[in-house]
Amino acid sequence: MLTQLTHVNVWVHDQDEALEFYTKTLGMEVRDDVTIPEMGGFRWLTVAVPSQPGVALALLNVPGPPVFDEETASQVRSLVAKGAAGGLFFLSDDVQGTYEELKQKGVEFSQEPTQQPYGLDAGFRDPSGNQIRMMQQP
Amino acid sequence: MKPLAPERHLLRAKDLMDARYAEPLDVATIARAARLSPAHFSREFRREFGETPHQYLLTRRLERAAELLRNTDRSVAEVCLMVGLRSVGSFTTSFGRVYGMTPTAYRAAHPPAALRARVPTCVLLAHARPPSQQVSRRQAAARGLP
Repeated sequence: MLTQLTHVNVWVHDQDEALEFYTKTLGMEVRDDVTIPEMGGFRWLTVAVPSQPGVALALLNVPGPPVFDEETASQVRSLVAKGAAGGLFFLSDDVQGTYEELKQKGVEFSQEPTQQPYGLDAGFRDPSGNQIRMMQQP
Repeated sequence: MKPLAPERHLLRAKDLMDARYAEPLDVATIARAARLSPAHFSREFRREFGETPHQYLLTRRLERAAELLRNTDRSVAEVCLMVGLRSVGSFTTSFGRVYGMTPTAYRAAHPPAALRARVPTCVLLAHARPPSQQVSRRQAAARGLP
């Protein structure tokens, strides 16, 4: 029996840029930021919503060989940039206020706050192209 | 910082259509979001996403229109304008091609919006309360009073 979700892998275009966005812009906290030279400079970078101890996002570079051959890596990078590499869904206690704050910070919204049967939701992108949604339950 | 993948700029243009479909968007405006010339942009967009920007924007607008027809009681002409289209005639034609019926028939095929509207409880409480005179008269009648 699996007991808990701990990390979700998010492919990013540039880890420094992602770190800046997820922490300074979205207000998440860094959980781990470790670079391992003997693993080709692999950087284990995780961030999380401060109020949620159990789950973190692993913001990872798309690796080349030996993990992925160059062609595969390039396909994955392209899918991320096209917004086709999945998405993240968050709850917010104030979708409208968060929308206004993030919009002011220059975040790219693909959907303004919209009333849906399940609550108020809005959608935006991280700098890499990953879709992020926030929802406020009625 | 690494330069962005070219597809990322195209995604920006796609997002712009999703966010601003209600405005009268032209290809030049959309292409600017991707930092490409209009002609180059349309070609690249089609190569990466499998449809032209025009097709993407029109189908987005039709999808939004269908939603408005189902969930609001705005007229067909209003819905047409609300999704950024200016000609009701070509709206009806495109809508028919996709949904196989006119906007009016599409609306009729779905339960009326008023039945499905999620009106907040506080509004219902305020508006659904019968006028108190009705209660007083009925109570008065029950007691055999004029």
